[in-house]
Amino acid sequence: MLRRRIIPCLDVSGGRVVKGVEFVNLRDCGEPIEAALRYAEQGADELCWLNITAGDEAWHELLEQVAGAGTRIDVPLTVGGGISDELHVRDLLSAGADKVSINSAALDRPDLITECAERHGSQCIVVAIDARRTGDTWEAVASGGRRSTGRDAVEWAAEAVARGAGELLVTSMDSDGTQQGYALELYEQLLDEVSVPIIASGGASCPADIADVLQLGVSAALAASIFHDGLHTVEEVKRACRERKLPIR
Amino acid sequence: MTPVTVVDYGGGNVRSLCAALERSGAVVQVSADPEVVAASERLMLAGQGAAGAAMRALTETGLDEALRDAAARNVPLLGVCVGLQVLYEYSEEDDCAGLGLLHGFVHRIRGAERLPHLGWNDVEPVQQHPLTADLPAVAYFAHSYAVTADIPSALAITRIDEASIASVVARGSVAGAQFHPERSAEAGRQMLRRFLAWDGR
Repeated sequence: MLRRRIIPCLDVSGGRVVKGVEFVNLRDCGEPIEAALRYAEQGADELCWLNITAGDEAWHELLEQVAGAGTRIDVPLTVGGGISDELHVRDLLSAGADKVSINSAALDRPDLITECAERHGSQCIVVAIDARRTGDTWEAVASGGRRSTGRDAVEWAAEAVARGAGELLVTSMDSDGTQQGYALELYEQLLDEVSVPIIASGGASCPADIADVLQLGVSAALAASIFHDGLHTVEEVKRACRERKLPIR
Repeated sequence: MTPVTVVDYGGGNVRSLCAALERSGAVVQVSADPEVVAASERLMLAGQGAAGAAMRALTETGLDEALRDAAARNVPLLGVCVGLQVLYEYSEEDDCAGLGLLHGFVHRIRGAERLPHLGWNDVEPVQQHPLTADLPAVAYFAHSYAVTADIPSALAITRIDEASIASVVARGSVAGAQFHPERSAEAGRQMLRRFLAWDGR
């Protein structure tokens, strides 16, 4: 039986793991390759590496670090952040990423998803969507939440899948870093709307929050703070999921 | 230390596969040269990407013939993921011909609630074979296409909702793993060690 995945997320800026609240007020949480190895050792099913620094220098540093991490870890690695071109995807996959996550650039130019999926296969193209609640619906926002798009997040999710996204990484911006639990209603809608795997992100404060969102039916749960702060280990989260009889590796 | 040649046809996961092979005790050579590949004593065909692009790259470089030559000498060959899929005669993905080293067709998986099949799943042995010796195990998959579990070359199978796919295959010296050994932690190391110890029979 296919197992639900627990994915620690490394937000990397200037070569260091950082974590903020609602994408601002970043603080340093250590060296990314060491963190990746530590989480893999704890039983992480996959690792997500999000580059949050713009610019050429940061890009080259990212490729080097991904190459370092990619040859040392033995679980899958998803890399995202600032990807705006099919060549970025190719470079990251050659460096050692297993999947690449595209966010704002796909909103600006949806054809990018199709180009990447046709060249590399849907299974390695993740479309990341940052969703902000507006009344009863969610809006897809761009550039780490700084840019409004007016697009409905659930509709955008369906379009991204139609264009070749093999997986969706959906972050509830209202919940991110607040540790108040995942935005369950958002994921319920997405599960009905699309047939690719969904990774839920934003809001985990404890193992039970992760078990809650996995129980809903999402394929994977991503979390950062609760792992970086050393509050909980991946194994503790897995134990909580097993107690709910969820299929866990 | 077992020597192995990883065929480089521009696919994505060559580096991570080489690193995993080295961790499993192999001496790894990466090559895109058909002559080197045809003369190798043990081969791996990495795989990430779409079947059509993979086949095009193999054909344009002459690596397709080199792999056929090596297979004709009964050299142990292991294809991973798309590297497994191109060993067959045809893939529904991109409607393309494969290398034809194994009999059968690759289909889009039917009966799974969600595709791609992404994540960790059981690999259950259905035939006794040196490549399935320490199975069952739980390994990492990332694909939407596969050969079905009822194919004669299936050595181990994996269930996805109503679908059953072949996850380890072999016929003669030509073998494949649909999962990614380089990303499957201990289960992957075991698969690579079994392959490195295998004489192709």
